[in-house]
Amino acid sequence: MTDFKSAKELLELCGRRQCLISDVMKQRECDLGETSMDKVCSRMERALEIMKQSAFTPLKSPLKSMGGLIGGEAEKLEGHYRDGMDLCGDVLSRGITYAMAVLEVNASMGLIVAAPTAGSAGVVPGLLLSLQQKYNYPDARVRDVLFNAGAVGYLAMRNATVAGAVGGCQAEAGVAAAMAASAAVELTGGTPQQSLYAASTVLMNMLGLVCDPVRGLVEYPCQNRNAAGVANALIAAEIALSGIRQLISFDEMLDTMYLVGKKIPYELRETALGGCAATPSGCGACGLS
Amino acid sequence: MAFISVFDVIGPNMIGPSSSHTAGACAIAYLAQKMKGGTLAKAEFTLYGSFARTYRGHGTDRALLGGIMGFSTDDVRIRDSFSIATERGIKFCFHTDEKETDVHPNTVDIRMTDESGEAMTVRGESLGGGKIRIVQINQVQVDFTGEYNALIIIQQDKPGVAAHITRCLGDKKINIAFMRIFRESRGQKAYTIVETDDLLYTDIQDELLANPGIMDVMIVQKEEA
Repeated sequence: MTDFKSAKELLELCGRRQCLISDVMKQRECDLGETSMDKVCSRMERALEIMKQSAFTPLKSPLKSMGGLIGGEAEKLEGHYRDGMDLCGDVLSRGITYAMAVLEVNASMGLIVAAPTAGSAGVVPGLLLSLQQKYNYPDARVRDVLFNAGAVGYLAMRNATVAGAVGGCQAEAGVAAAMAASAAVELTGGTPQQSLYAASTVLMNMLGLVCDPVRGLVEYPCQNRNAAGVANALIAAEIALSGIRQLISFDEMLDTMYLVGKKIPYELRETALGGCAATPSGCGACGLS
Repeated sequence: MAFISVFDVIGPNMIGPSSSHTAGACAIAYLAQKMKGGTLAKAEFTLYGSFARTYRGHGTDRALLGGIMGFSTDDVRIRDSFSIATERGIKFCFHTDEKETDVHPNTVDIRMTDESGEAMTVRGESLGGGKIRIVQINQVQVDFTGEYNALIIIQQDKPGVAAHITRCLGDKKINIAFMRIFRESRGQKAYTIVETDDLLYTDIQDELLANPGIMDVMIVQKEEA
């Protein structure tokens, strides 16, 4: 039985078997889910397919959200990039465009893959699809590193939380960015240890981020924060890949993220009573639908 | 601790915008219609808590209506469920109850009436990340997630009925994962919910009903991913 309860145990498994995080997570799914490698892989291929559709469609066909707070952002970013006006460079510019596109699809009742939640669904596909485009990785590689992202998200779900109502946005966009960073490190040839350093770095840099959706809807500032999640993930991956070590392990960062989350006031945990939701402009759009 | 699959993290594949308010709502209604069976004529939904306050912006209403018509959480028809229900001649309405606070924040009551006029009311809770549970059937407290193959048995609260149920399952070599009995009050109507590892075939229904203490048997098969 392949299983692990912490990042420490995950790293030990990778070391003992001389394999990647994604390999361990795939085997775990086969063992505990009582299914075959073929089924597990084809199910992840379907997730990748949906991720691509939701990341690419709004670039050409902008979508209006159900709540009316967002819509058309991906097309604007795409135009800005096509005009050669981007400041972020290819990987980040594409990454934030895709991430915001996914949230546009989500807010208009389109099909997305929660990763780990619907409100943070843009970060993982945003960064990974952007890297795939830049460096021409085959789909099978991207599919594989989604298992790496899944391993990081599983640890967050198991040992902390991924619910904004429990732990704030650091638990949603933060964990999504940790997943994306770890997967990006494996995709670009980093080690399992570097993956988890990157995941740890993201949680550190997004620690304390509150969940304060205007009108309680998964639209604004959620969409902007998905873009910020991509940037955080990319920064953390680069830091890790350069060989920089982190003092605080991913396990410890998860514990502290959870503790900080529980200390975030109720008004700032998905209740639409504080933060952006309570600003005059945010509240102007108030009168809960 | 329950197994957390990689597809609980990279997933569910779902129609947005919210795993709790959209996907979870759809999943509750989907499970409710599987429990009810038959052809649906009318569906009434009562929304509580956060569901009641934010349902329009989250498409909770469309998701509930889609689910009650058998659409799964990743079915793109959810967006158009109002017009589809009207085409199918299904009557539907939504009520909100913001006064009741002694419920989980994302709770819905679904009253389903079939063509023969027979009605059933199910209360479901959306727990986050698309996870759900059914907590009431016709006002009786239960606890049921749909993550296993399940038998829902309506019976009289009297000795020997549970023994009959386990014997029927044992004879068919069906392994029980969880089994719980819920009752209205002593000697009155009771519900047994049996969750099993093995598939349940309809022949088990007749065998269970052979006991005069058993009034009705519903089979709710687990969804294959």
